[in-house]
Amino acid sequence: MKYLDEYRDPVLARRLIGEIRAAARHRWSIMEVCGGQTHTIVRQGIDELIPVRMVHGPGCPVCVTPLATVDRALAIAARPEVIFTSFGDMLRVPGSGTDLLSAKARGADVRVVYSPLDAVRLAAANPGRQVVFFAVGFETTAPANAMAVLTAAREGLANFSVLVSHVLVPPAMSAIMESASVDAFLAAGHVCAVMGWTEYEPLAARYRVPIVVTGFEPLDLLEGILMVVRQLEEGRFEVENQYARAVRREGNTFARDALRRVFRVSGQTWRGIGDIPDSGLVLAPEFAAYDAALRFGVAGLSAREHPACIAGDILRGTSTPLDCPAYGTLCTPRRPLGAPMVSAEGTCAAYHNAGRVRQEAQEVLP
Amino acid sequence: MSTGFDPLAATCPAPLTEDERVLLGHGSGGRLMAELLADLTPRLGAPATEDAALVTTGAPEIVVSTDGFVVTPRFFPGGDIGSLAVHGTVNDLAMRGAVPVALTLAYIVEEGLPLEELRRVTASVAAAARACDVPVVTGDTKVVGRGAADGLYVTTTGVGVRLPGAHVSAAGGRPGDAVLLSGPIGLHGVTILSTREGLGFETGIASDSRPLHRLAAAMITAGSCGVHALRDPTRGGLSAALNELAAASGVGVELDEPAVPVPPEVAAACDLLGLDPLHVANEGCLVAFVDPARAGAVLSAMRARPEGAQATRIGTLVAGHPGRVIMRTLVGSTRVVDLLVGEQLPRIC
Repeated sequence: MKYLDEYRDPVLARRLIGEIRAAARHRWSIMEVCGGQTHTIVRQGIDELIPVRMVHGPGCPVCVTPLATVDRALAIAARPEVIFTSFGDMLRVPGSGTDLLSAKARGADVRVVYSPLDAVRLAAANPGRQVVFFAVGFETTAPANAMAVLTAAREGLANFSVLVSHVLVPPAMSAIMESASVDAFLAAGHVCAVMGWTEYEPLAARYRVPIVVTGFEPLDLLEGILMVVRQLEEGRFEVENQYARAVRREGNTFARDALRRVFRVSGQTWRGIGDIPDSGLVLAPEFAAYDAALRFGVAGLSAREHPACIAGDILRGTSTPLDCPAYGTLCTPRRPLGAPMVSAEGTCAAYHNAGRVRQEAQEVLP
Repeated sequence: MSTGFDPLAATCPAPLTEDERVLLGHGSGGRLMAELLADLTPRLGAPATEDAALVTTGAPEIVVSTDGFVVTPRFFPGGDIGSLAVHGTVNDLAMRGAVPVALTLAYIVEEGLPLEELRRVTASVAAAARACDVPVVTGDTKVVGRGAADGLYVTTTGVGVRLPGAHVSAAGGRPGDAVLLSGPIGLHGVTILSTREGLGFETGIASDSRPLHRLAAAMITAGSCGVHALRDPTRGGLSAALNELAAASGVGVELDEPAVPVPPEVAAACDLLGLDPLHVANEGCLVAFVDPARAGAVLSAMRARPEGAQATRIGTLVAGHPGRVIMRTLVGSTRVVDLLVGEQLPRIC
C-alpha cells in the first residue's frame, strides 16, 4: 500500500530494533510528546522490544483540556438553542458530574463533526440556532479552527462561536524539562508540520537534550528512537527531522498566518498538570464576538479537581499508569477517573486497551 | 522557570455516577453492549452467546434468529437497509450451520417517508431473498408519527434447517484450532461512515454485505465435523467476534497482525479518523475455528467460492489466557485485542 505499508514493514522494523539494541549502551529515558505516538508505541508493543525507557508525554489534547472547560462545554450544550459540535473523542471526557455523550442521551443537541468547517456549515443551515464548536487541541488543529472563525466572520454568521482550549507544545516541553528526568524527546510530527521546528532549537540547546521530529508509523518511531539514541550516545543535543516527508523547518506558513490572525498566546491550565505560562491560545480581541464562553456567560465557571488519580504525574512522565493504584480497578475506559483513560490516545487507555496489567508486589519464598 | 505545577491540580475528577439511560454505545457491539445483554437476557431465561437459537424439535434441527436494522443512510455503496436485513439474518442462521427456509419481515415506518423509498427497500428485500433462495413468508408494517423514528426500521426473523453433521457453536472452539477469516475486514463500517458523514472516502469502497450460508455450507461439508465455531463479525468488528467466541469456548486466541487482511482504503480511513479496523463492522465475512487437521481442506473450500476467495488463516487457538485475544504485532511484540467500551469515536488529531 502506498504511503502506509512502507512504514509498517516487519523486516525493516526488526532491523531497526536490532540497530537500537546495538546502539544503546545506557537505558536512556525518551519522552514521546504526542498521544498519537504513544498509541502506536503501546499498540505495537515497541517499548517492550527496545532497551530504552519510553516516557509518555502530555500530548493528548483530550487529556489536558481543563475540567472547567469541559464543564463550560456541558453548560453551553445544555441550552435549548444550542447545537454543540465537537470531535468525537471529547464526548466521553468526564466533567465534574457527567460527560457530553450522557448529556446527549438526556436530550442535549450534541453532534460529532469531522471538521470545524462542518460546524460553520451547520450554522449557515440553522440560522435560528446557535452553533458552538469545541475548539480543542494542539497546534495541529488550531489552524483549521482559525479558518472556521475567519470563514464565519467572512460570511457574517452571528450564530457561530467556538469554545477554545488550545495548547502549545514547546512551553509544555520546557515545563517537563524543569520537572522530570527525561534524556531526550520525540517531537510530534504533525505539530511541526504546522509550526516547523525552529522553536525547539533553543530548547535543545538550553536543556542539552536531543529532539527528533518524528512521525506516527511504527517505522517512523523506531527510526526516531534510533536517531535520538545515537545523539545521546555521541553526546550531541540537536534538533533532527525524521519526518522529512511531511515537515519543513519553517512549517506551514499559511497555517501559521491563520493562527496569528485569529489567536493570541496566553497562559493555559493543563488538566492534571496545572498552569503553564504562554502555553495556550485564546481568541484575539477582534474575534471576541466568536468566543462561546463569553457569549453564553460561562467564562467565569471554574471547577475543582478531586484528588483521586495520578493523571498529573502520568502526563508529566514521572509515573506510568501501572504506578497508579486506581489503574484498571477504580479507573477503566468504562468508567474513567481521569482524562488519560478516556481517549484511545490517552496513556492510561492505551495501556489498558493493550491489556497491560499492574504487577502486584509478590512475595518471593526462599 | 516557574511551571506552576500544583499537586492539588495534578489530580482528576470524581468518578461518573452510574447513568441509568441507554447510550448509543450500548448498541455498538462492545463492552457496554455485552453488559446490557448480560443484564437483560437472564430476565428472558435465554443465553446470549449465539447468533441463532437451536430449537430442539428432533430431526431436522430447526434454527431461529431475529435481528433489527436501523442503518443510516438507508442506501449505501454495496447495499441498502433491505438487502442488509436479509443478509444479516441469513448469516446469523448460517453461523449455526443452518440453511434458511423462511424469513419474516417487519417495518416500522416514520410518517412522511417517501412511499417510493419503501418500494425500493421492499424490492431490495425481495431480490436479496431470491438470491438467497429463501421466501419471505409473512410480515408486519407499523407507521409511527413524525419524529418518533428515523425514517424506517426493518426487522427480519429467519427460520433455518441445520445441515447434517453441522455442530458449530460459539462454545465449540478447542485449543489448537486454526482461526480462519473469509475475507478483508472493515469495508462495511468504513463505507457507512464515509457515506453518512460525507467524508469523501467513497471512491472504490463498498460494503461487503452478502449472504454467507453457501460459504458456511461448503466449509461444513469440506470440514466433516472439524468446523467448531462460526461467527460473522458485524458490530464490534473482528475484535468483538473473536472475544465473544473465545469467552464462550473458554480458549485463548493468538492472532498474527500481518495476516489480518485490511484493505488499503479501510486502513487509510481508519488512520485518518483514529479508528481500529479490528473494531469496524463487517456484513459479508466470517471467522471460523477449525480443527487443524481439516483447516487446509476447509480453506480450499472457502477459496473455491466467490465470497471466500480471499480466505486466509489469521491465527490459532491456545489453552492459555482463556477468553483473551492476543495479537502478535507487525514489529514482533504482542498486545491484547479487547472489546471496545462503546462506540469508536473519531479522534481530534
